[in-house]
Amino acid sequence: MQDKRFKIAHREALIGVALVVINFAIWYGFAYGLGSGDPLEYTYVLGFPAWFFYSCIAGTIFMIILIWITMTLFFKGVPFDDEEDEKL
Amino acid sequence: MMHWQVIVPLLFFLIIIFGIGIWANKQVRTSNSFLQEYFLGGREMGGFILAMTMMATYGSASSFIGGPGVAYNVGLGWVLLAMAQLPAGYFVLMVLGKKFAIVSRRIEAITLIDFLKKRYDSNIVIIISAISIIVFLFASMTAQWVGGARLIESLTGLNYTTALLVFAATVLIYVVIGGFRAVALTDALQGSVMIIGTVILLIGTVIAGGGIDNIMQNLVAENPNFVTPFGVDGSLTPLYVSTFWILIGLGVIGLPQIAVRAMSYKNSKSLHRAILIGTIGIGTIMFGMHLIGVFARPVLPGIEVADTVMPLLTLQVLPPLLAGIVLAAPMAAIMSTVNALLIMVSSTVVKDIYLNFINPKASETQIKQRSFWVTTIIGMAVVVFALNPPEFLIWLNLFAFGGLESAFLWSVVFGLYWKKANKYGAISSMLVGITMYISIDRLSPHIFGMHTVTLPILVSLVVFIVVSLVMNKVKKIEDYHF
Repeated sequence: MQDKRFKIAHREALIGVALVVINFAIWYGFAYGLGSGDPLEYTYVLGFPAWFFYSCIAGTIFMIILIWITMTLFFKGVPFDDEEDEKL
Repeated sequence: MMHWQVIVPLLFFLIIIFGIGIWANKQVRTSNSFLQEYFLGGREMGGFILAMTMMATYGSASSFIGGPGVAYNVGLGWVLLAMAQLPAGYFVLMVLGKKFAIVSRRIEAITLIDFLKKRYDSNIVIIISAISIIVFLFASMTAQWVGGARLIESLTGLNYTTALLVFAATVLIYVVIGGFRAVALTDALQGSVMIIGTVILLIGTVIAGGGIDNIMQNLVAENPNFVTPFGVDGSLTPLYVSTFWILIGLGVIGLPQIAVRAMSYKNSKSLHRAILIGTIGIGTIMFGMHLIGVFARPVLPGIEVADTVMPLLTLQVLPPLLAGIVLAAPMAAIMSTVNALLIMVSSTVVKDIYLNFINPKASETQIKQRSFWVTTIIGMAVVVFALNPPEFLIWLNLFAFGGLESAFLWSVVFGLYWKKANKYGAISSMLVGITMYISIDRLSPHIFGMHTVTLPILVSLVVFIVVSLVMNKVKKIEDYHF
């Protein structure tokens, strides 16, 4: 019989994969999308080149917020010991 | 040259760490399950400690010394590369996550190899795993040990040998007497010091450089390529940098010293908190320290030896007492990595080799004595190697990273999530992974413009799946459910 806690665990592992894909897309997209031109023509945001600001600073903050939201919404508490499980 | 203002905070820091070691030793002596207590801290870690110990184990000499040095010479492109480490904060815990915690409790696994042993039921898997853990982590420990001794040498003016002995004695004492609990608790302190130190130094550097605008202008004036994602000589191609996501982001799941932490926490709530705190911590340190390296260039131009950028900059831009606190950060990073590796190698020798093959019926007293002695002897052996220090800190460290990831990543992930995974797949993928990693590293590390680790990980993935499926057909192996 499939432990029902594993269903939760599997879903959360997949959420982890999805988050990495989003993380990578933001990181790659902004860095090489905005950073590939002539460095002398870069626009700057808060003192940083725009590619760097969006990819490394805003992107990281966005990811942290996204992780926090996913965890409050989708992550479930489960007991780890098998005995506790029977009480469910 | 002695910097007393730097030495005093460091000494203070060491005293607290010893205190933690002694307190943890009390737990070890009173615990009714020695192995679980000594090698897993009784599976009692809460969210904050789990986050800090993951982060501190992961963040090492290369994050605080080597990395900023490279960033100094390469520019913002290296900070971009370093940010590939962000997933190490959440991905590992989400993927190993609850399943690993439940399974390892059910099968009473203390080490990563315990898990592999139960899952694949194969002595060959145990032996390959144990050898790769011992060899690679020993190499990695030596590199960190050398880094720690060099740092003490440069800060205190002691000669290298004395510095090494001071460092080794400190780490050995609290790890040997306190076990995993001492490691995790000191990691919490060390991790906090790492974060606080990073923030202080970043602020100090920005002020010393006359603000971010000014620093950027100076960088562009020296060479506009410093502010591109491609590095100063244009060598950081998008493909090459992207493959670092495998080495220092996703592949981290395959690092035994990290994976074992996913067995040691208390409950779901600890896991959830640790994911958030850990990601914030890793993000802050990796972003901060590497950016500091780039910013150091206009502030302190002309540094020849890259590894000295961070300590020199700290002494330059911060007042003495703050400098002492900040310089405790790389010390903390090194110690918190070394202590995890030491207890990891020791658990492999005691639990996976001694108790599996040499003396399965060892009494509690024998296990206790062996554990203390093995930990001590391994620590001493590292000191002997570190006396004749190898040159490339980052290289050695990353070599161990890649080698372990090639060996363990798929065995762990498929072992947990794929019921058709079997020992034939595991053994062949481990052997192919390690052999390929070492040969590519020797022959052509930048093969097809990617990092060394990329091909071994991809090929061992394919080998794992194909061999498992084929052997399933041939031998009619039953699907494995936990």
